[in-house]
Amino acid sequence: MFTDHWSLITDFLQLLVAGLATGAIYALAAIGFTLLWQTSQTINFAQGEFVMLPAFFVLAAMNVGLPLPAAIVAGIAASVLVLGVLFKQLVVDPMLRHGVLPLVISTIALGLLLKEGVKEFYGAEAQSFPPLGADLNVSIGGASISVQSLVVIAAAVVAVAALQLFLAHTRTGRSMQATAQNPAVARILGIPVERMILYTFLINAALTALASILVTPIYLAKFTNGEWLGLYAFIAAIVGGFNQVRGAIVGGLLLGIVDNFAAAYLSAAYRSALPLVILVVVILFRPQGLLGRLEERSV
Amino acid sequence: MTASALRIAACAVAAVVLIAAPFGLKPYGIYVLSLWAVTVIAAIGLNLTLGYAGQVSLAQAAFVGIGAYIAALLTTNGWPFTAAYVLAFAACFAVGWLLGYPALRVQHHYLAFVTLAFNTLVFLMFRNEEWLTGGIYGINRVPRPELFGVSTASPRAFYYFCLVHLVLVAAAAWWLIRSPWGRAFVAVRENPLRAAALGVDTRRYTLMAFALGAGLGGVSGALYAALLQYVDPTPFSLTLSLNLLLMVVVGGSGYFLGPFLGGAVAVLLPEWLRFAQNYYLFGYALVVMVLMVFCPTGLIGLGARLVKLLPKQTAAAGKPAP
Repeated sequence: MFTDHWSLITDFLQLLVAGLATGAIYALAAIGFTLLWQTSQTINFAQGEFVMLPAFFVLAAMNVGLPLPAAIVAGIAASVLVLGVLFKQLVVDPMLRHGVLPLVISTIALGLLLKEGVKEFYGAEAQSFPPLGADLNVSIGGASISVQSLVVIAAAVVAVAALQLFLAHTRTGRSMQATAQNPAVARILGIPVERMILYTFLINAALTALASILVTPIYLAKFTNGEWLGLYAFIAAIVGGFNQVRGAIVGGLLLGIVDNFAAAYLSAAYRSALPLVILVVVILFRPQGLLGRLEERSV
Repeated sequence: MTASALRIAACAVAAVVLIAAPFGLKPYGIYVLSLWAVTVIAAIGLNLTLGYAGQVSLAQAAFVGIGAYIAALLTTNGWPFTAAYVLAFAACFAVGWLLGYPALRVQHHYLAFVTLAFNTLVFLMFRNEEWLTGGIYGINRVPRPELFGVSTASPRAFYYFCLVHLVLVAAAAWWLIRSPWGRAFVAVRENPLRAAALGVDTRRYTLMAFALGAGLGGVSGALYAALLQYVDPTPFSLTLSLNLLLMVVVGGSGYFLGPFLGGAVAVLLPEWLRFAQNYYLFGYALVVMVLMVFCPTGLIGLGARLVKLLPKQTAAAGKPAP
């Protein structure tokens, strides 16, 4: 199969870059997922559909004649409005007093609603989606690496770095962290907790919109995309550590790399089983995740 | 008329309708009604695990699948249906017991994800292990059983076969819920620490809740295989688990009649609302979300609330059975 050691290395490099690119997309969705959990105990079972939908907003904006950059801005704005503001106010807020399970059910139903909505009102066929970079490969030391992957990695790194800077170095960001750690104390300290929670929802919507725009050129826009994207976002969040942004990044990258290497070197039929096995092993033997802290179990 | 009399009357009407229905229906209608009975059995199982014992399980479809494949494999190889049926229950009971172990370590959303992963793994196995399951082509020509020399091959006969099973399962569940076991399940759900302090072996009851729920999933699967006479992996994906979860919660999780109503909404209603076509699922999702906001206890809870709005003397008896 391999002619010499050098092709072994270039193959490895190609898989690594492709894995990092898909992993970065999983990480974006997983970060939003953990942020929502931290600040409002929302387990969003519709997170996959949140990554599926924004691409259709962009496509719809292009259908009315906007050029790609403007359509992307419009798509992100629509996502922040629908998946951020409306999601919080119409779905989450009325449910919080009922506890975790009814909210989980409600987000499962929301996922179904978004999926069926796109299928009925936009179309069931997969739509092609314009790539952000040139659709070609560059050769680095003999390894052929797609520009797409590099664009995805760069965009994700910029987004995560901006998020970390915002959370750690601005007043609002620190208030959000305080809200996540202890809402009661945050409120006593005069932090507008409600508004901070709203910001979390907006950030989640923006992150999933970005993930959507990055992932859709690779996998086409299809209403069923949310099914596996959501699963991978959950797995990334849990494997990395449910209560840590860092954990979601590590979990996402790990999953992307494992997935790509498993597809190349292990059985293709059981490729999708490996992330699930990792999930079960992590939950059973290290439920706080690879980087997570132990949460005390409430009585 | 008091609320309990109202309830008995409603159940009697439902029983008469269910027994008489096949005489007014075409074979397809009878098939849909049989499918309802089979689905409700799986939902009753999930209601034991989720509604009474409070353990979130997204793996019920996997157990329906395991039951269906066991029944299909054994009966196509000449085994009697009864043996296949008992084995389907026993195997799912055992696997459910094992799946319960994670529930002893992790709770809530973690448990949801472990069971979700289990469901998808089982699905992949159905699809990929072609030597056993026939892969995507599935298993054809699953025979329908013969009971005391009477064949159940006709749609009507098999419908009654399913209905009898539904009644037996429902009676067993009714008895279980009122037994000390059922009370222990509720105790584990409401406050595991307190239950343990009062001497309830929470470990055993958590495992038992999983195992029994899974076992009923297996029973449902065995009937499903004989109903369709064909088994392939598609129906047993995560989607069915999510649908069963929605059924239990929409009907009323932790209420005896919840699965019957939830099953009716998910299986029968789409057939009557054929004119809505593909928009049905869209509307269904919307209704579930609205229902969760206003009445997280589901349709039964909604009914109980409406009964409370009736004049005073009926309200006293209006509290539904736990």
